[in-house]
Amino acid sequence: MNLNLEKTNGCTVLFINEERIDAHNSGELKEAVLHLIEQGEINIIVQLERVRFIDSSGLGALLSGYKNAAARSGKLALANMQQQVLSMFELTRLNRVFDIYADLNEAFDSEA
Amino acid sequence: MCDSIIQVEVTIPTQTKYLNLIGSIGEHIAKELDDFSGDREALAYNLNLVLTEATINAIKHGTLTDPDDTVRITITIQENELNIKVYDHGQGFDLESVPLPDLDNPKEGGLGIFFIRTLMDSVTYTRQGDCNVLEIVKYLSR
Repeated sequence: MNLNLEKTNGCTVLFINEERIDAHNSGELKEAVLHLIEQGEINIIVQLERVRFIDSSGLGALLSGYKNAAARSGKLALANMQQQVLSMFELTRLNRVFDIYADLNEAFDSEA
Repeated sequence: MCDSIIQVEVTIPTQTKYLNLIGSIGEHIAKELDDFSGDREALAYNLNLVLTEATINAIKHGTLTDPDDTVRITITIQENELNIKVYDHGQGFDLESVPLPDLDNPKEGGLGIFFIRTLMDSVTYTRQGDCNVLEIVKYLSR
């Protein structure tokens, strides 16, 4: 899975450079987020601008990250989500679990 | 009303790298349907999702010990009925016993069948010969 990391404003921003998160690559995403948290990077913003498709396993990988970050008093938030991907969060009510920001600036303002 | 029939049949090895291929077929079909009056972009996404979820379900329930095992998927559109069948060679499972997810206390798994049930009009899982068949129907608005 093609991922990029940037440290900005005290947050770790994880850019997902894939159009699709499904059962083929969601395990890798889950491991990457878990690895970050284990290294002490507990405030993570996942930037989803490139992602146009997510399946149940992709939602599960993000939820796993959210729960692991919360268990260490951190937070995993989401930014730049495409409308159809957001629809999946709404259908499963996961939009009530995650903080979802329009873009990184909004995320930084809120997380500061 | 266009009465043309679309029939697609694909057989893939039980490997997750083929999920994109299967999902994309559904997406393309939705975008090229004649006389569909609903939200085409939503249908495209939903078919992509449902085919992805049904195929990974079949891969997981397939005979994991057999490297030559395959999953067969058929997609048929006739008049206003879109029919998807996904065939696996595993032990099968009881679809009726799959619980609804508790959306107020979300867990990592268990959303695949929920998506299929929620986004499509009917779902059945039956034994046919040496296969199990997950059959999904969606009625298309014209």
